[in-house]
Order: sequence, then C-alpha cells, then structure tokens
Amino acid sequence: MNLRKLSNHAGIGALSLCLLLTALALLVFLWSIISKGWSVLSWEFISQPPREAMTSGGIYPALLGTLYLTVISIAIALPLGVMTAIYLNNYGKPHWLVRIVKVAVNTLAGVPSIIYGLFGMAVFVNLLRLDVSLLAGSFTLAILALPLIINASEEALRSVPKDFTDASLALGATERQTILRVSLPTALPNILTGAIISIGRVAGETAPIMFTAATFYSRKLPKSLSDEVMALPYHIFALMTEGSNAQKQVPIAYGTAVVLLFLVLGISALAIAIRYQIRRKRKW
Amino acid sequence: MVALFSVIFLFGIIFSIFYEGLPLFRVVPLREFLFSRQWYPTHEDPEFGIWTLLVGSIFATLGALVIALPLGLGSAVFISEIAGKRWREMAKPVIELLAAIPSVVYGLFGMAVLAPFVRETFNLDTGLNLFSTSIILGLMVVPIIASMSEDALSSVASDLREASLALGATKWETITRIVIPAARSGVIGSILLGFGRAIGETMVVLMVAGGSAQIPRTVFQSLRPLTSTIAAEMGETVMGDLHFQSLFAIAIVLFVITFLTNLITELVFLKRSSR
Amino acid sequence: MVNEASCLLNTHICVQNLNLWFGTNHVLHAVDLCLYEHRITALIGPSGCGKTTLLRCFNRMNDLIDGTRITGTLLLDDEDIYYPKAQVTSIRSRVGMVFQKPNPFPKSIYANVAYGLAITGKYSKAQIRERVRESLMSAWLWDEVKDRLHDSAMSLSGGQQQRLCIARALANQPRVLLLDEPTSALDPQSTAKIEELLTELKKQVTILIVTHNIAQAGRISDYTAFMYLGDLIEFGETQQVFTVPKDPATEAYLTGVFG
Repeated sequence: MNLRKLSNHAGIGALSLCLLLTALALLVFLWSIISKGWSVLSWEFISQPPREAMTSGGIYPALLGTLYLTVISIAIALPLGVMTAIYLNNYGKPHWLVRIVKVAVNTLAGVPSIIYGLFGMAVFVNLLRLDVSLLAGSFTLAILALPLIINASEEALRSVPKDFTDASLALGATERQTILRVSLPTALPNILTGAIISIGRVAGETAPIMFTAATFYSRKLPKSLSDEVMALPYHIFALMTEGSNAQKQVPIAYGTAVVLLFLVLGISALAIAIRYQIRRKRKW
Repeated sequence: MVALFSVIFLFGIIFSIFYEGLPLFRVVPLREFLFSRQWYPTHEDPEFGIWTLLVGSIFATLGALVIALPLGLGSAVFISEIAGKRWREMAKPVIELLAAIPSVVYGLFGMAVLAPFVRETFNLDTGLNLFSTSIILGLMVVPIIASMSEDALSSVASDLREASLALGATKWETITRIVIPAARSGVIGSILLGFGRAIGETMVVLMVAGGSAQIPRTVFQSLRPLTSTIAAEMGETVMGDLHFQSLFAIAIVLFVITFLTNLITELVFLKRSSR
Repeated sequence: MVNEASCLLNTHICVQNLNLWFGTNHVLHAVDLCLYEHRITALIGPSGCGKTTLLRCFNRMNDLIDGTRITGTLLLDDEDIYYPKAQVTSIRSRVGMVFQKPNPFPKSIYANVAYGLAITGKYSKAQIRERVRESLMSAWLWDEVKDRLHDSAMSLSGGQQQRLCIARALANQPRVLLLDEPTSALDPQSTAKIEELLTELKKQVTILIVTHNIAQAGRISDYTAFMYLGDLIEFGETQQVFTVPKDPATEAYLTGVFG
C-alpha cells in the first residue's frame, strides 16, 4: 500500500512539474521579448518610418503593411469561407462533392505555410504577373485563411439549434430565407470569432509573404495594390538575418516583436472574450 | 458553387508545385534526389540530394516532440484531472492565446536569447543547432498538444473515474489505467497534429537551426530542414532554372509528408468515432 | 435516537451522529444507522432526501465533491473511516459500489473484474484468475461470458453490464456492497434477475441499496430506512415498516401521498 501511495504522489508531482516547466519556459520567453522590446517602444516607433538604412526610426510602414495585408485577405476569405460553410452545412448535396470539399479543406489546413508562399509566387506573382505586391500577398494569405474560416463558420452554423430552423421552415420560409434570416444571424457571433482568430493568424505569418509581397527596404508607404509592402513579421525576420548593423537592429526587432505580439494576442484575446460573452448570454 | 473554390485552390497548389517541381526529375532521378547526401545546387555541376535536409527535418521534428510531448501531455493531464475547476477555466483560454503567437517571435527568441545562452553554457561555436531548435520548436508545439489532449481527457465520462476510485484505486492509477487509455485516440491525434505543425514550420528553423546542410552527429550541431532550405534559397534562384525547380521538388516532398500525416490523423479519429 | 436496539446487536457497520454539509447546505442531519450483517437494507425516500448522499458516505465518495464537510463517525469493523489519518483507498476496496448507470471500463470483461485486484499488485495471476471466476459466478454472469472473457465489456447488454459491475465490486471481497438505484436504467427482465441475485448475494455480503422504487424495497429488503429532507425518519424490519409504520411521514410516503 505504501508503494502505491508513493507512486500516486510521485506521479502527481511529475505532472505538476510538467505544468510548471511549461509555464516557466513560456514566461521566460514572453518576458525576454517584452522586456527587451519595451524600451524601444514609443509613439515615434509606431508612427515613423525607418531611417538610416533600417538602423533607427520607426516601423510605421510595416505596421501599415500588415494592416493592409490582413484586411484585404480577410475581406476576400470571409465571404468565400462563409458561403462554403453554408454549402457544407445547410445544402450538403451531392454527397460526393461535400466529401471532396471537406477533404480539400482539411488538407489545406495542414499545408505548411511555405508551400502557400511558393504557390503564391508561382501563380500570383509569376503566372498572373502581379509581381511581388500587396495584391499577390493578400491573395496568398486569403487562401491560407480560408480553411480556418470555413471550419469556424461550419461549426458556428452547426451549433444553431435545430429548433430555430425547424420553426422558420414550419412557418413557410424557404431554405434560403431561413439561412439568411435565422441561421446566419444566430451563427454570426461565432463566425465573427473565427474571423477574428484568422486575422490574428494571418497578421503573424511570414513565409507566405516572403516571396509574394514583402520587402525590407521600402521606405515609402504602399500607395496601391501593386506596391511591395513591409510587414511586421517579415521585418523582424529581415532585421535579424539581413541587417547590417546588429547592435542597432536587434533592439528594433524586439520592439517590432512586441508590437506584433500585442496586435496578435490582443486580437485573439478579443475573440476569446467575445466568445465567452456569447456563451454567457445565450440561453441554449 | 462557391465551395468549389477551396477545391480549386487545393488542386491549384498541388498542381503548381508539381508543375514547377516535376521537371527536375527529368534531370535528376528520384532515387538520387531523395537519398543522396550531396546538396550543392549552386555548384558549377550542381547536385540535388535532399537526404541531409530530409533527415534534418525529421530530427528537428522528433527533437521538438521529445520536448513537447511530456510538457504538453503532462500539463494537459494535470489541468484535466488534478487542477480545480477554476484553474481549468483559466487555463484553456491561456493555452489558446499561446497557440496564437506568431512563429517568427519564437524564432527571434531562439536566435537572440536561447542560442547565445546555449553557446555559452555548453562552450560551443554556435548556439544555432539541433538542441536549440528542438527547444524552441517544442515550445511552439506544446499548446497544440496540450489543448487537444486536454479536450480528449476531459471528455472521458466521469462515471468511469468514479468506478475506478470506488474500487480503491488511487488518483494516479485511475489516470494511467482508465482515463488516458480511454482518451487514447485524441491524445495520439494531438501528437500527430504537433508533428505536422513542427515539420512544416519554416521561420523557427530558418532562424535557429543553423543552416548547414549536414546530418547533425550530435545534438549540438547545426542542421537544415526542408522548409528552411526552400525559404533560404528561393531568393537566389532564377525562375525556371534547375535550382528553382529543385526547390519546388522539395515542396512536393514536404507536401506529401504533411498530407500523409493528415491522412493518418483522420484515420485515427475515424477509429475513435466508430467506437 | 432511532436505533439503540440494533446497536446492541453485533453489527460492525454503523453510522453515528453523521452530519454532512455541501458548502452551507446542511444535507444530512445527525443520522444514526446500523446495518445488519448479511441482510439487505433499503434506503428509501423522495428525491432530494439525501439517501444517495448517505450511501456515498459509506465509501467516502462524497470526498470527491468540492466543499463537503462531514462530522460524526462511520464505523467499519470498529474503525472510523472518517478518522483523518484513514487510508481512503484501502477503505474503498473494502466497500463495493454499484452505480445507477452501468459503468464498465472500456476494457475486456476479464480486465474489468480483475481491476480491483490488479491495482494492488499483491495477487498472482493464478489468484486473480480464480477470483475473477468466483466473482462472475456469484454475479450469475459466468455462464454467459466464460467463453469470451477477453471480449470488450461494452459488447454486453445493459443488464449484463450491471451484473459485470456487481462482479467487479465483489472481486474485492468487500464487507458491504452499496448499490445506488442499480436497476433504474434497466428493463423489467434484467431488473428481476438482479433483484433475485441480490437476495442470493446477501449470504455473502451485507447489502445497502438505495431505491426510489418502493415496491422493489418491499420485495427484496430485510430492513428499510426511510429518509426525508436529510433526516432518518424511521428504520426497522421491512415487514413492520411497510405494514405498521411508526411515523406518519413514513406512512404518507409509502401510500403515495407524496413521492
């Protein structure tokens, strides 16, 4: 009996050790990024473009670039994704097509981001002659976001209680009207949450935009869809690997990372908070 | 109607990488491509053997799992079985947030903090090696494994736990003999997901793995996985030339690996839902 | 107050002055109850009266609920199981429990019954095999499963699963067998079989059964305890409680005035 009691305590101890180590590692990770980047942050940093060959100044163009890329790509992916989800959830025929689409979505979700980048380069930049541009990057990111939005929207639609749709149909509404007037509005908050999470994901991606949109040395702000853009994640990467003056540039990289972290985590936290509020208020 | 877009895109991706990559095999036989250790694409007489890169990817991924599995699964078990309800409610959103951290930030930490630390502590030439890569990659994968495993564990019916405890089992015995086996497929699924994520990761390995196309003999040697090869060398190629094609060929291999991993994961879940 | 007479007899399973709170909710009020050995005692009462809570006190399963507080003693063979230094896992292996919904582990039939022994690590394979056979025989399940001991327990019917859970509990050779409405999820045929089984089992082990089915209590139990709103209102031989109840509340419940 003693041995069993001992194993019990040892086992539980080991588990808490795992959790502690994980928490510790993550804390060290986050702390070092934030503490090193915090000192670089200032209003200037966010609102000014870089100067002196990327060794000082701010990151405004990169911030703007990320913003544009994110907004445009989600604007493309959201309607496409929601419509696909509606098809999968509410129409569901023919069966073979649904299966193919589901397989396609699941496979897309698992494709490494660099392959998205290659695809974007081969098709948008070269084939369609969009060149390395905001447009090409946004398209690429849109495809990346598509499976995320589809999955989130599908789940949102699936969780609309059947009672609601039954009631609508029983009152004589068509499938289409039911979807537009009942299912979508009910599922909307959850769809929104999914979209917000996708925004966070897209904002942080580097590989897909490496060859399709991003540049390091542009100091002008993107004026049209065919301009190259700077972007926060790529900026971090470039500062660390392509930079000429490590001493000055590493701190900028940290600062950029902090801005990116706040952006992404802020967005994700927003989504989680919204979802929590929805769950609390809903009575079903 | 619109749903076809996803199918189109998927096939578009597959098509494009095959289109650009397959021509390589007119010049380089498949067997040599996969198994030769000579990766010298920029030499006068270029050679395209990806074996070292492939092994690099696998080592990095396995290293990551060695770290992520105990930490992730252990944390998941603790949260699901031992922590109180309040802690559990707090932990879930935290894990979700952690999973959202962009990989380039992990890369920054690895490159600027961990690597110098490793270099000094172990007296090495460089801290950019398999060891550092495994730690950072593993850290990145922990939230994935933890989140999915925790879901699987907490959906084990509580009356099974009660039955075990009522028979005189300790909490640890209940966890190891009843709960984890019952959640088996979810846990395995999470590991496969982590594997897929790690092997497809580009930025972290680009920044932390070191970049030499060799098979690391010790944990402290540099390596270069498939993903970072593509990212690092794409800028140096001319569109359409052999080097360009070879990188797409690597993409084909990468795609096949992740596709197979996905397939296996689906099968694992299929098995569970049929129970 | 209710039970001085029975405590003079040599029963070794006694609850004395037990109070239980869930948080600030005073759920059990000063309960005194002794179980006659090798007899079936039924705990009856309307829902919410605390009968399941009282049942779960016998193997300290209420400890698993946050915010539980207990005062009083529960003697199992002259050992107070609520003594702070008591070994909970040891107590639980001496008290068997069968739950309302059959809950076999998703393992083989054999592994289910052997579980309680396997975790102690003190029995040889041969001993375990023998004990599994005995328990399955006692639970009237042996003939039905002897050729497929290594099949999954989930392949059994509801009634068989419940008998499996009984066998599993019996394998520990417990002093008391606690049953929490064991037939409420089963069909009438399985119910009848299990009632017969329990009547036979009492020769082996003392039985305490919670049931909301008054007729069932009347059919199989030797002693009946009636609870209402956390109090033990009446306890006595089933015959007597059912025909000439001492307390008007008992009579009201038995005649269906409330339930």
